[in-house]
Amino acid sequence: MAWEISHLQALEAESIHIIREVASEFQRPVMLYSIGKDSSVMLRLAQKAFFPGPIPFPLLHVDTTYKFKEMIEFRDRYTAELGLKLIVHTNQKAIAEGANPIKLGTERCCGFLKTQALLEGLRMGNYDAAFGGARRDEEKSRAKERIYSFRDTLGQWDPKNQRPELWNVFNSRIAPGESIRVFPLSNWTEMDVWQYIHLENIPIVPLYYAKEREVLVRGNSIIIPEQGFMGPREGEKMQVMKCRMRSLGCSPCTGAVESDADTIPKIIAELVAVRKSERENRVIDHDREGSMEIKKREGYF
Amino acid sequence: MPPKTNVSVAPDASFDVEHFLAQEQAKDLLRFTTAGSVDDGKSTLIGRLLHDAKGAYEDQLKQAIRGGEIDFSLLTDGLRAEREQGITIDVAYRYFATPKRKFILADTPGHEQYTRNMATGASTADLAIILLDASRGITTQSMRHAYIASLLAIPHFVIAVNKMDLVNYDEEVFHRLRAEFAPFLTRLGVNEAYFLPLSALKGDNVVDKSKNMPWFDGHSLLHQLETVDTTPSTLDAPFRMAVQRVVRPDMNFRGYAGQILSGIVRPGDTVLAQPSGRRSRVERIVTWDGDLEAAHAPLSVTLTLADEIDISRGDMIASGPDPTSARSFEATVVWFDSKPLDLAGDYLVKHTSQIVPVRLEAVEYRVNINSLHSEQVTSLAMNEVGVVRMTAARPLFFDPYRENRGTGAFILIDRKTDATAAAGMIVTAASGGVESSTDRVVRLVRAAIPTGARLQLPEDDEAAVKQLRELFKGLMRHE
Repeated sequence: MAWEISHLQALEAESIHIIREVASEFQRPVMLYSIGKDSSVMLRLAQKAFFPGPIPFPLLHVDTTYKFKEMIEFRDRYTAELGLKLIVHTNQKAIAEGANPIKLGTERCCGFLKTQALLEGLRMGNYDAAFGGARRDEEKSRAKERIYSFRDTLGQWDPKNQRPELWNVFNSRIAPGESIRVFPLSNWTEMDVWQYIHLENIPIVPLYYAKEREVLVRGNSIIIPEQGFMGPREGEKMQVMKCRMRSLGCSPCTGAVESDADTIPKIIAELVAVRKSERENRVIDHDREGSMEIKKREGYF
Repeated sequence: MPPKTNVSVAPDASFDVEHFLAQEQAKDLLRFTTAGSVDDGKSTLIGRLLHDAKGAYEDQLKQAIRGGEIDFSLLTDGLRAEREQGITIDVAYRYFATPKRKFILADTPGHEQYTRNMATGASTADLAIILLDASRGITTQSMRHAYIASLLAIPHFVIAVNKMDLVNYDEEVFHRLRAEFAPFLTRLGVNEAYFLPLSALKGDNVVDKSKNMPWFDGHSLLHQLETVDTTPSTLDAPFRMAVQRVVRPDMNFRGYAGQILSGIVRPGDTVLAQPSGRRSRVERIVTWDGDLEAAHAPLSVTLTLADEIDISRGDMIASGPDPTSARSFEATVVWFDSKPLDLAGDYLVKHTSQIVPVRLEAVEYRVNINSLHSEQVTSLAMNEVGVVRMTAARPLFFDPYRENRGTGAFILIDRKTDATAAAGMIVTAASGGVESSTDRVVRLVRAAIPTGARLQLPEDDEAAVKQLRELFKGLMRHE
């Protein structure tokens, strides 16, 4: 018997340890479920962590109402199949007031529909720990975030005053009203996530696979216009393109990439070839220098 | 002509993805750490490694271009404050891979006021890169880094003699520094260290072997990172698993979930459960992917035992020589909190999966992290290192940190502020205080009581019931 373990086995063992630890030490944990590939992996790890028992916490999806339709279909079908408790929360007030990224700009729109909605959803459930699927390799400010990321009573992150984190010994002590965000996939890379999905046959939203789709090309972005306000402007025309999503978000702000990758091995092959960071197609990270860090300080994931 | 879009690069037709996936699955993981400040070229070294080993993404590279050239240090400094001040104040984790291995780098600042960050980065590392500056000789800073790395018991050391370009790639300089530094490492108890001369700025011996130093018969830094043995040293240690959670989906299944801290376990093995002191046989090693015939550190598993023993979160399942069970122990402590150690303070110790109130009895001495001399003190301030004697409210089940990083490590939490006040590495059970007579009685009673026995609790004496519950934690039903 060989005693070496692969990097994926090492990462899996680490993540399971984190998920079990949080479920045991906090009163009201919840798993933030964004329907994307990272959430899918996190969910599988949670299944493994408590096997043969059930996952002992609910899932929370913060729905901006601008997510791709296929994402919502997938969400409802998959969570029902696994028998999980799913809570969906939307900032209804902002939606009623007509919040959208064109009207408000991406920064303010995210502020209302993601950050504020998330904080509201967490407060309403009185959750003291929320799992998120963020990875440190996604963005520079995330590279320094702890696995247990402490948030004050307003849900804010203070990057200069983070609790030191050593070994796998986590400090779970918080005062009433304070909470933590937990990132069990902190040490995973995009490549690790895809390989794990491949090895484990984890279901993912079909938008990740390339197929012919009706799109709109605007500047450097390939948009799938599901919302009326994203329709063709003067001089723009819909066209058919074989494309796919490298990461999933709101349809107005998440661009597709032209691609032929319609299987996971092909996606992995593409990843090897492209070697561009996946977040490049996410408008929100490029609002301004260090924009992810600013959002995170305010409570964004 | 189609408009210019985000066209992704199609894979090379000759790229064999199945072969690639097979190769990827065989890859193991090396966690390593560096420490250094702006002047010693640490960021440049890391940037160079990420760039030349193709670990940095292209759009991140674009952001790091200053004056037409890549400023490698910009690849690694993540936070705004750091970019503004040009310093590294925290631990940044970096991920890259080569065809041979995956790497996680904990990149930490080097100044004395960031000792705690260095300790954090070192805690999970399998390998430490200690930078020496060829143009300046051995500095206090390099010695401090080596000390912290040895304190956290990192198994492998690479001593990188950097800035060789500034001394004309002089062989003499390299040999002189090695001769000076090696005895220091021996003093620290570091038995394995790989010395190599390099220039991060020019790329000598970072990824490829340098032509500028033909006199050096070793290999490059990356080669060393790719080939160092990663078989965990925890494999040779006896089996230890702290119970994180009891998995009990129905009446027919009762499993103990945890991550194996050290050693190997197989069905049929006799194990000891602490604090009950009872022994049983491992029946199954349960995982989502099916039962295992053997499992080893650091896998996360669920064990079922042949006998029904009351085991709860915080308990230890072990085989081989029994872990030490003691309430009083001595530990090397790195103080993290801006509030100094207070012998009258209120602290908790989190050790494996248990959190227990702890009293700090005495600071035996402080280690001057620059001279390594012992100093008599009664407190430790932030970033200071010392040996502290302490007594926990319940016994901890441990091995010395030097022998077992998993069962020898703990953190101290300030009860008033919830801050992580310190990190600790257990040296030994405190002399004289190994086991109090109460602990001894409790232990003997625990071992003697057959499982499932019911204890008649005095109904009118709340204090006695509370004390009984505390003393016999894990044996009481309905807890």
